[in-house]
Amino acid sequence: MTATAEPNILAFCCRYCSYAAADLAGSMRLDYPASVKVVQVPCTGRVDVIHLLKGLEAGADGIYVAG
Amino acid sequence: MTIPTTGSVLVVGGGIAGIQASLDLADSGYRVVLAEQSSAIGGVMSQLDKTFPTNDCSMCIISPKLVEAGRHLNIDLFTMTDVQSIAGEAGNFTATLRQRPRFIDMERCTACGECSKVCPIDVPNDFDQDLGSRKAAFKRYPQAMPSAYTIEKKGTAPCKAACPANPSFQGCIALMARGKYKEAFELFRSEHPFPGICGRVCHHPCETACTRTRVDAPVSIMALHRFLADWARQNGVTFIPEKKEAKTEKVAVVGSGPAGLACAYFLAIEGYAVTVFEKHATLGGMLSLGIPAYRLPREIIDEEIDVLRELGVDFQTGVELGTDTTIGKLREQGYKAFFMAIGSLECKVLGIEGEEIEGVWPGMDYLLRTNLGEKIELGDRVAVIGGGNVAMDSVRTALRNGSTHPFIIYRRSEAEMPANAEEIEECREEGIEIMTLTNPVRVVETHGRVTAVECIRMQLGDPDDSGRRRPEPIAGSEFTIDVDAVVPAIGQESDWACLTDECACTLNDWGTMNVDPVTLQSDDADIFAGGDAVTGPKTVVEAIAAGKTAAESIRRYIVGEDLKAGRETPLVPVEDVDLSTAVLIARQSMPMAEPDGRKATFDEVQLGLDEAAVQQEVQRCLACGVCSECYQCVSACLAEAVCHDMTEQIHEINVGAVILAPGFAPFDPSIYQTYSYTAHPNVVTSLEFERILSASGPYSGHLVRPSDDRPPKKIAWLQCVGSRDLNACDNGYCSSVCCMYANKQAVIAKEHSDEELDAAIFFMDMRTFGKDFDKYANRAREDHGVRHIRSRIHSVFPAEDDRLRIVYATESGNNMEEQFDMVILSVGLAPNPDAVSLAGRLGVDLNHYQHAATRCLAPVSTNREGIFVCGAFQEPKDIPHSVMEASASAAAAGGMLSDSRWTLTRKRELPPELDVSDQAPRIGVFVCNCGINIGGVADVPAVRDYAAGLPHVVHVEDNLFTCSQDAQDHMKAIIQEKGINRVVVASCSPRTHEPLFQETIRDAGLNKYLFEMANIRDQNTWVHMNQPARATAKAKDLVRMAVAKAAHIVALHQVSLAITKTALVVGGGVAGMEAALGVADQGAEVVLVEKSTELGGVANLLNATWQGEPIAPYLARIIERVKTHPRIRLHTGTRVKRTTGSIGNFSTTLASMNGDQVETVVAHGATILATGGGEYKPDIYLYGSHPDVLTHLDMDAAVANGDKRLLLAKSVAFIQCVGSRDDKRPYCSKICCTHSLKSALAVKKLNPKKKVTILYRDIRSYGFREDLYKQARESGILFIRYEPENPPIVSTDAENHLLLDVTDHVLRMPVRLRPDLLVLATGVVPNANRELFELFKVPVNADGFLVEAHAKLRPVEFSSEGIYLAGLAHYPKPLEESIAQAQAAASRAMSLLSRDAIMVGGVVATVDSGKCAACLTCVRACPYDIPRVEEHSHAVIDPAQCHGCGTCVAECPGKAITLAHFTDDQLLAKIEALFLAA
Repeated sequence: MTATAEPNILAFCCRYCSYAAADLAGSMRLDYPASVKVVQVPCTGRVDVIHLLKGLEAGADGIYVAG
Repeated sequence: MTIPTTGSVLVVGGGIAGIQASLDLADSGYRVVLAEQSSAIGGVMSQLDKTFPTNDCSMCIISPKLVEAGRHLNIDLFTMTDVQSIAGEAGNFTATLRQRPRFIDMERCTACGECSKVCPIDVPNDFDQDLGSRKAAFKRYPQAMPSAYTIEKKGTAPCKAACPANPSFQGCIALMARGKYKEAFELFRSEHPFPGICGRVCHHPCETACTRTRVDAPVSIMALHRFLADWARQNGVTFIPEKKEAKTEKVAVVGSGPAGLACAYFLAIEGYAVTVFEKHATLGGMLSLGIPAYRLPREIIDEEIDVLRELGVDFQTGVELGTDTTIGKLREQGYKAFFMAIGSLECKVLGIEGEEIEGVWPGMDYLLRTNLGEKIELGDRVAVIGGGNVAMDSVRTALRNGSTHPFIIYRRSEAEMPANAEEIEECREEGIEIMTLTNPVRVVETHGRVTAVECIRMQLGDPDDSGRRRPEPIAGSEFTIDVDAVVPAIGQESDWACLTDECACTLNDWGTMNVDPVTLQSDDADIFAGGDAVTGPKTVVEAIAAGKTAAESIRRYIVGEDLKAGRETPLVPVEDVDLSTAVLIARQSMPMAEPDGRKATFDEVQLGLDEAAVQQEVQRCLACGVCSECYQCVSACLAEAVCHDMTEQIHEINVGAVILAPGFAPFDPSIYQTYSYTAHPNVVTSLEFERILSASGPYSGHLVRPSDDRPPKKIAWLQCVGSRDLNACDNGYCSSVCCMYANKQAVIAKEHSDEELDAAIFFMDMRTFGKDFDKYANRAREDHGVRHIRSRIHSVFPAEDDRLRIVYATESGNNMEEQFDMVILSVGLAPNPDAVSLAGRLGVDLNHYQHAATRCLAPVSTNREGIFVCGAFQEPKDIPHSVMEASASAAAAGGMLSDSRWTLTRKRELPPELDVSDQAPRIGVFVCNCGINIGGVADVPAVRDYAAGLPHVVHVEDNLFTCSQDAQDHMKAIIQEKGINRVVVASCSPRTHEPLFQETIRDAGLNKYLFEMANIRDQNTWVHMNQPARATAKAKDLVRMAVAKAAHIVALHQVSLAITKTALVVGGGVAGMEAALGVADQGAEVVLVEKSTELGGVANLLNATWQGEPIAPYLARIIERVKTHPRIRLHTGTRVKRTTGSIGNFSTTLASMNGDQVETVVAHGATILATGGGEYKPDIYLYGSHPDVLTHLDMDAAVANGDKRLLLAKSVAFIQCVGSRDDKRPYCSKICCTHSLKSALAVKKLNPKKKVTILYRDIRSYGFREDLYKQARESGILFIRYEPENPPIVSTDAENHLLLDVTDHVLRMPVRLRPDLLVLATGVVPNANRELFELFKVPVNADGFLVEAHAKLRPVEFSSEGIYLAGLAHYPKPLEESIAQAQAAASRAMSLLSRDAIMVGGVVATVDSGKCAACLTCVRACPYDIPRVEEHSHAVIDPAQCHGCGTCVAECPGKAITLAHFTDDQLLAKIEALFLAA
């Protein structure tokens, strides 16, 4: 895990709720760290352990699943 | 012969009901016109934070519906539209729609919001219930559909309309208020060339018209635009308007006064070659020759004329037309048009004796010579005759030239003086005497020089033609004043020597030129005239306006356009301005040079406002027009979508039916003094509180009180504000939803609070009668600690620390009080005034509460055939009920128009799809700038160039707006040209734009799934605006991820599945029969199965609806219709034995229940379950053991049969909630309160002397049923409330007469009743159908009722597609609601059965049978219960039913399942790409 001041966060967001919420954050011009990257999934149920492990292996400091 | 119907429907109102009705109709083969008054659909539901009883986010659940309705091929959305009239007959109506201008072209608007950013106008945000503010250029809410901005414009501000030159003063002021002086200056100058001149010498009609006059004093508009000019001078800001393309035509302007200069200015901007001919050596006409320098410094004139030189205007001074050259010669030189602006510099004579004597100087002549540098000595005593500006200028000039005693002689009173008030005042300050009501009659001479003037006193008589009182001499009042000079200044005229013989123009009797008043064209086509030469002496700004008008006329004349088109209607000023919110700020006074010092010089007298004063003054503007027409949005909009010239449109459309869904208006509690609503910011309405709670609301979802933004610790909800109240507002009905939303708000508010929040609901009856509502209210009280206080509110008083003191009476009559930090008024659903007037225009009857009048047995029909109604306009109701009625009204409309189904719908024509499966990826990347929304933050060219280096990328480009029509056309071409087989768009959100781009690539022949999006706006540049470098880096990351996934995506093919156009309806009660008729009337086949031998179900036992309509004839009628309908096959005495299949193609085996058990196999595409319910049969309160204890239905029978016991009974008692709201059946049965009220009234009707008592817990006579409760109380029926912990006790005395003991809560003592009859208000239980429900695999809740797909928005369907529900099997409900729900189920079924086939597949899960171990994990994991494992087989997932969530894929231990478009390799490619170094 890299020790950066701003951790790299991979976010899996459900297209119906949390992905829409992330868009709303944009509409409202809210601010959050640019090191958060969102991957849209059809439902958080689609998120598999392998996605979490591969993400961590590839370099994510933290993974966020929101739905 | 019948006339064919029109296959389209007008839906009025874009709230959730209107949206649902539109979707149902559009999905089942009708074209829909959806007319919405505001700028976006979504209605009140879009304003709500959460919805009860599931606490779903309201926006989250409505948003997909908004998108669906907004993008539907067969829904034409008309926003900002109201319906004016509807003519014609059911089946063929003509509707007239009036669409107000949006001022933004929706086709071009990309919703980037730049217009809003630059808009200087703040107005209360109506979407946030005025709690926050928004701009005049706005989008109703972030997720609004259509996703386009709107400019709110009431009309022209009075200042702009009043000024002849029409500059946007309000816009200048709005910009100045934001310190945007440069923009304000440019705005002014683009419409009026001389801010500095008019800012000093204008007669300011703008200020006369200023609305602020109605509050205190007008805004100092003139001083403000003078400030702009001064600010520009001091800061070296020049603004030369952009010239249009140079034209070859030459134009001559004769005279360089304000009219001539203005005309030259605007013609020069148009690109014409303009020459100004001036006979004097000095330019400016009256500006420089008439007006003295102390009023208008010469450098101001010179500098503003220099702008014309910059624009290329040629000035020729000392050239006198008629002498030095002529119009004829100029025509020969190629001049195409002439503007005669020669002014009026010739003085009129007094016409008195001695006027020719030396020492008499005509005023204009005196000023002109002085201004040209001549020094004229008038002597000490100077009589200036006249009351206009020339007189004032002359007398003050004489003072400055050394005359010690110049004075004014004027024949009327001061009130009639035409000079500016300021100038009269300044004369006074300078010690100049003004002799009014005095007229000279003779100039007296001595030795050929003036020595005196003889005058006569005047008096005012009757008004003359000008409206001013006519001055009349007083005989014998002559007197003489000694003077050294006389200066007559009573008017001027023009010198027309310039008009030579070749000119065909004519003069009138006043010596001015005859011109067309609109175009200023003279009788000679190429000669135009304006200013004083046409009007006689007038004002500077009128001359400027004339020049501006002439310039436009000359342009049109030269290019050959109609001179008059569109110019005849003057601007109409806005009159309706809210003055109540105006803050009192004193008008800033103009600083002046000291009178003593200024008298001796020609230095400027008025010194101009400083910036501090200007900033005060601009705050006084009331922004009358809302939009200020500052036009900042026009330049900010890179998509060129803003159009301030849009006008109202009238559309005439043909439709077959109309559905009214105009909704309600939240009750306005301002009329109540007692709640301190208007007086205290911490008293808010429930809808305001929804906005406070909402994450997108004015406080970003932080629960704070408005007075100080501090989190409240105690909140009170006051129920029934504007409901159940006949005193203040006439809303006697119950609004049905307030009890639930108050509980919901209390629970959510507690969740929002960091510290413990004390929430108390003050109520009369807790009316939580819907499905799972009682459980919710109980949880609120028991689990969340919400206090329910049964009470009557007396008043709310402001208390210390912005708190509120509530004074209330408890049930037992004690007066109590308690303090809270905030008070929420649970306002009712009042009639919508627009809907009321619409109903009037349409001839639709309203009830006495101003809601649509409907009958229980036809709940969505109005009195006018072919016009249907749904939602809160029909009766206050919650969302699911509105949605249900929306579908019901769609079914009713569809049933009428089934002959024209699919006749007016559109179909997309698509080219054949290319097979690219064997090709290596060739990816095209399109990066969008979104105007400056992306490009203004991230380095888009860098992102584009970066994308070019990514694997498989063969084309990159960036677009200003990738979604614009031209960019889309280009994308199609480039896909074909470069053989692109995967497309990546890096832009906004796939939620809004993926379908659009998918359509585009499909039009280019690519499968729509060969597309991937990178969200670099909403999730990048909008949230990292202040970090451009990081936004650029993140954009690259997101593009890289999208490209990586794109390399793995494949085409997906949906397959067409033919549909069996038959519905199976299970249950032959009212719901089942209405559903069957709804489907059959719309043209599909129906198989209706009823297990008993009779149709009608529980309705057979009912007498009348609550409105009193007899049920038996209705029932007989629909049974007859069902039995004889050609498309209904009826199977009574039959049960469902087996069912298989999925949406569109089910197969169900029916078995007759008589001896032979005959089986029938039915193929059907849809299933409707309407298996009904019945009355709970109690085993308490001596029911069954005492003959005088009855249930509801027993009582109905007794009433119907005229039971003797009933006739003889002296006393009848009712016990409510028998078998409802208890531990076994914790739900409210909804109908019992109304039923008991109705039965009780029936008893009173038999004999008013009969004693009737109702023992109740809460009287839940919701909606208009409250009328029954009121009647019951009025008729003397006694109501005694009991607590469930202390229920009534029924026993018998020695004679077996009933005894009823109960504790009266008001009296707080036991009461014993001896009823002759006891009626138990028994609840509703669902019919026992567990096995049947298992066959259909539909879910059942703990109470035995069927569970719909979604409590709010899918109330009549199951999550298993193709299966619908209606009636008592769903939840207890009155007959009218069962009918509506059944019609709704028919509508939903028809959106399926009206098609020949459906497309299935796409993003669905598929099982690799070789890997499947049949472990059943998927079967258990699927939230929709779709995977099946047959014996000795593998899992099967029906693509027609799969929702594509992918849960089974993640859960499958054998990795045997994949979800198309979200495969592991696609997702992993994306994840891994994120961490590859950019």
